[in-house]
Amino acid sequence: MGYKLTPEAFSRIVAGLSERYRVFAPKRYELGGHFSDTDIIRYGEISAGSEIIFGEKSAQSFKEALLPITQVLFYFTEKEMKESDFEQKDVLVFLRSCDLNAVKRLDTIYLRNGEEDYYYKRVRDRIRFALIGCPEPFESCFCVDMGTNRANNYDFGVVEQDGTYFVDCKAKDLADLFSAGTQEVQIPPLFVSKTKTRVNIPEELDASVATASMWEEYDGRCINCGRCNFSCPTCTCYTMQDIFYQENGRVGERRRVWASCMVDGFSDVAGGGSYRPKNGQRMRFKTLHKVLDYRARFGENMCVGCGRCDDVCPEYISFSRIINRLSEAMEEVRNADK
Amino acid sequence: MPINEYAAFLSEIKEVIKHTDLEYTFRMAYGGDVLPGQFFEVSIPKFGEAPISVSGIEDGIIDLTIRRVGKVTNEIFERYEGESLFMRGPYGNGFNLADYYGKELVIIAGGTGVSPVRAVVDHFANNPDVVKTMTFIAGFKTPNDILFRSDFERWSKTAGVTLTVDDAKGEPGYNIGLVTEYIPKLKVRDAASAAAIVVGPPAMMRFTTMGLLKFGFKEENIQISHERRMCCGIGKCGHCKINDVYVCLDGPIFSLSKAKALLD
Repeated sequence: MGYKLTPEAFSRIVAGLSERYRVFAPKRYELGGHFSDTDIIRYGEISAGSEIIFGEKSAQSFKEALLPITQVLFYFTEKEMKESDFEQKDVLVFLRSCDLNAVKRLDTIYLRNGEEDYYYKRVRDRIRFALIGCPEPFESCFCVDMGTNRANNYDFGVVEQDGTYFVDCKAKDLADLFSAGTQEVQIPPLFVSKTKTRVNIPEELDASVATASMWEEYDGRCINCGRCNFSCPTCTCYTMQDIFYQENGRVGERRRVWASCMVDGFSDVAGGGSYRPKNGQRMRFKTLHKVLDYRARFGENMCVGCGRCDDVCPEYISFSRIINRLSEAMEEVRNADK
Repeated sequence: MPINEYAAFLSEIKEVIKHTDLEYTFRMAYGGDVLPGQFFEVSIPKFGEAPISVSGIEDGIIDLTIRRVGKVTNEIFERYEGESLFMRGPYGNGFNLADYYGKELVIIAGGTGVSPVRAVVDHFANNPDVVKTMTFIAGFKTPNDILFRSDFERWSKTAGVTLTVDDAKGEPGYNIGLVTEYIPKLKVRDAASAAAIVVGPPAMMRFTTMGLLKFGFKEENIQISHERRMCCGIGKCGHCKINDVYVCLDGPIFSLSKAKALLD
């Protein structure tokens, strides 16, 4: 059961919430697309529900709300470092089920793999989630096979059907917002149970697949631009960077910026050494991180099947296709061993 | 709120020891717990951070042997006694010295790889009774590249020490050859129970561990140290991940039985 709202009523409620929260949601950036005369859907701060785009997939994930692309950790002078401030306001993020499952992966890396990350934690403690229901999967989605098509740890969920908004509110403190002047109704499902794109991760998958020939194909096809990493809701890597101000070279910032395991320089060590020089090796590294290594360490796959990397790749490399090639690759490796 | 792990503390440079034109040891004030093989993120604001392994441990002092090869280390070399560096750490597992007690121990290191094992060698050279025997083989490119010269003389009084160079550049009195050439000549009685530590460039570690296995050492008794670019040191930044391990958390010291399964 839930509540039925007109677009106007929903928009007003979100506008009200935006006074108490910094609200992040997928919104339209006109003419911001990768091709001329196209828009792009990305995350940004909103101040009314009408700004939220329900019918299209966002090209970038919600991740920026928790992990900004560039984040200042310290301001420094020569002998002093001052921790960066952050906005002391709670955050509300609208996101789909795949992304809400991705939050769990971010939590695992940033809160449980080693010491807690101070900068992640201070935002995470103030964040609430609003689920965007998916009446239909998008073309490249494969959440069902990744087991991430459902989530229940949201404060309220909203699904749009024929211009009407249906809300499932779990958070008691927000219920009054939605229930005022409306009757409880049966609401449409918030989750999909089938996707057009399917994947199969072979049970016998192990690191030996690294010697399969399929990876060599990506030496040429992949141009190591890193877009797949940057669009991924579960990619967590960053690089530390110090910068100083041009006006005063003795004062500056220590920042962290998103990093990509596909881009040159990621594995460079002092003195000129580096690992995984070929793009195919990097593709293998990324793939196995998403569907094998992370699972070996934490018990579930890292990839949540949002399909954004497929949508964004300028070389039309499909990650779901890579996953589906792994069975054959394992067979090739096993036969080579015989 | 949790502790901000990224916050660095200032540590005073107590002494700078020049080994070669490119390699100095910075003796830093540090009073906390630390193990050989662990590392610190050393930084100078506006130049950045670099992971540096501990090359010596004394009361209130740790040694950082630094090779001048990049933006941060170039700037560190401009610092003198009495000035300070920012540090955070220590990170990584380090060598557990008790693992080697009562054993025949062989340590083989190449070039800057001598730094992370120096405190181990030092410990057992000072306490020769706690191991059955210790053999240390160290290789450098040329006599000009040799680190810790005075230590080698001291260590050779209580341990079997071999110092070798790839090319003596015409200088007399040096062993010439790769460290691997000395493996067949090792005086180890029971290789199956002996322990080994191997640290150096990737190719050196590969051939040295192969030589040790051939000699009869067991995979689980050989330990190596991985070099990676650790940006955070606390399992977040991803730069040091190999398979399902994070070198900064699970390493940098790995047994060969674990390390051989890791593929970059």
